[in-house]
Amino acid sequence: MSALSRRRVLFGGAAVGAGALLTACTSNTPENNAQVNTNTDASANPNAAPGQKVTIGFSAPAADHGWLAAITNNAKAQAAAYTDVEFKPVEAGADAAAQRAAVSTLISQKPTVIVMLPHDGKELNAAGLEAMKAGIPVINLDRAFPSMAAYRLQIKGDNFGMGLAAGNYIVEQLKAKGVSNPVIGEIPGIDSLELTQERSLGFKTALEANGFKVANRRPAEFTADSGQAAATALLQALPKMDALWNHDDDQGIGVLAAIKQANRSEFFMVGGAGSKAAIDAIKADNSVLKATVTYSPSMASSAISLARLIGQGKGLSELVELQVPKEITLASETITKDNASQYAKLGF
Amino acid sequence: MITETAPPEVQKRAQRRRFDDNVIRNLGLVGVLVLLIVVGIITKPDLYSDPTWVKNNFLTILQQASAIGVVTVGMTFVIIGGGIDLSVGAIIALSGVWATTLATQSYGAAGMIFTALVVGICVGLVNGVLISYGKLVPFIATLAMLVAARGLAAQISGKQTQVSANTFINDLAANKLLGIPLLVWILGLVVAAGWVLLNRTTFGRRTVAVGGNPEAARLAGINIKRHTLLLYALSGLCCGIAAIMLTSQATSAQAAMANLYELDAIAAAIIGGTLLSGGRGTIIGALFGVLVFSTITNLFAINNLSTEVQNMVKGGIIVLAVLIQQFRYRSLTQLLKR
Repeated sequence: MSALSRRRVLFGGAAVGAGALLTACTSNTPENNAQVNTNTDASANPNAAPGQKVTIGFSAPAADHGWLAAITNNAKAQAAAYTDVEFKPVEAGADAAAQRAAVSTLISQKPTVIVMLPHDGKELNAAGLEAMKAGIPVINLDRAFPSMAAYRLQIKGDNFGMGLAAGNYIVEQLKAKGVSNPVIGEIPGIDSLELTQERSLGFKTALEANGFKVANRRPAEFTADSGQAAATALLQALPKMDALWNHDDDQGIGVLAAIKQANRSEFFMVGGAGSKAAIDAIKADNSVLKATVTYSPSMASSAISLARLIGQGKGLSELVELQVPKEITLASETITKDNASQYAKLGF
Repeated sequence: MITETAPPEVQKRAQRRRFDDNVIRNLGLVGVLVLLIVVGIITKPDLYSDPTWVKNNFLTILQQASAIGVVTVGMTFVIIGGGIDLSVGAIIALSGVWATTLATQSYGAAGMIFTALVVGICVGLVNGVLISYGKLVPFIATLAMLVAARGLAAQISGKQTQVSANTFINDLAANKLLGIPLLVWILGLVVAAGWVLLNRTTFGRRTVAVGGNPEAARLAGINIKRHTLLLYALSGLCCGIAAIMLTSQATSAQAAMANLYELDAIAAAIIGGTLLSGGRGTIIGALFGVLVFSTITNLFAINNLSTEVQNMVKGGIIVLAVLIQQFRYRSLTQLLKR
């Protein structure tokens, strides 16, 4: 009996000890690398002067991805930079239906404007229309609503342009090296997404214009471990490769790990999105990663700034028009060693 | 144990029949593997004509099967014991994320490995307690854990990809011992340990008894609740090991990692001859199941075929394996009735 209880005490103690150690291990010091438009000095920029109070409702999917996390962080940080903005985020939940419900609740709270990054543009189109009907201007962020009546402003990245930029960079580099008939690999993200298909189409278009083609294409899932698996398979299929485009820098962590594990270095790689780690690696120039094409989450910061202007009825100072335009598509830029320092602040 | 009630010769005959059955099934899987490789040789003779590439390719297939292989060993035990663990992918994500927080990384490789293993075991224990003492159906309990563990992983990681700065962990996937990748050694050790545990210990016998006929096992004096608890803890431990392996391969961890591993592990166990209703299954069969999937992935990659087709073929193989299993099982029971 006493032996048993002693054993129990020992096990219990071990469990509590392990629990305490684990609790100590959960703390993550958050890094603050939000991308904020710092042009908020009223003397230099009349639009920055505090004006009418604006309540911005915000809804974006809660996905487990660095890019989406950066979207939400940026929106929050940009809103905090203005004294006349009240930021009201709602959890979008796990899918389109949950986000629709969340946006309905948001509409009933009557914010001045709503910034929405939908799970899926088509599925949330009705939610956009509902808000517009209720007299709340909608800023459609990145994933486009099909109906032009569903948004006041659409601001998005350029997926096709991203593929085009990656393709053009690869063509340019290979031509400079004088490689004819090159072996080119591609690692896209989740293949069923429209954005992935647009990116791949842009890439193909750029390559085909120069008589090149993709030799092998292994989709990953925007995660590092799936990137590692896809890259390992690709490297095995192409014993010699000249160039590789990986659509996403987050899964690129795994892609680079796989390349290192396979001991390969005969090719160069282009990334996608423009993460901080990728930009640092390009700057350091010590891996196969030589460039990345941007799809920057800084668009969330811009969306908040523009939402504020729309709420206050102001236009963009550089434009003649008195109101903010209806559609903005951001250009996909190519980051190489030469301009990496300049882009460092846009990395996420 | 319980089999002591049967006369020795009957017991032996039953054992031999089960043994033959398993050998035939495993030979079938080896046949499938050989077939897949032959298809590879026919479709890509240029690649297969290079011996260095061929050797590398086999090692790559094994390496890519190693993390999921370890998970499948744990899953096989749970299924033989009459349960199911849908939370394995989520446990890997939670263990991996917990092991790669900046705070854990400051304790070095030992701290990271310890954390991953303890988190895996603890989550497995929670599953086990819910199932054996809370009387929840395994499907529901582990489904709830799937959602909750990924949620906690996302909470801890702040939805960011956590890069491992630890060279010891990162080198695990890059280094080899005697020409064989370290991860493959780990898989080999886990499979060997799993085989011994299932076939040569009372724990293994009890697992089969609990899954095959819980009431008889209880009457024979087996503490079913405690045994079930241990099975889920074992699965959790395997997930902890796999989390370290996967973190090493990807040099990072995140809440969305090991996506759908539960399905791959269950499928591998099933085509390896584990009965979904419990009471029967082999570790070697499960290993072959994992290798079949890994080889298919490789075959489709070297032929640049889309993953959509690959998933369809995978689905077909699962259905076929279960159909064959049902057919064999039915004919076996009919044979016994006669």
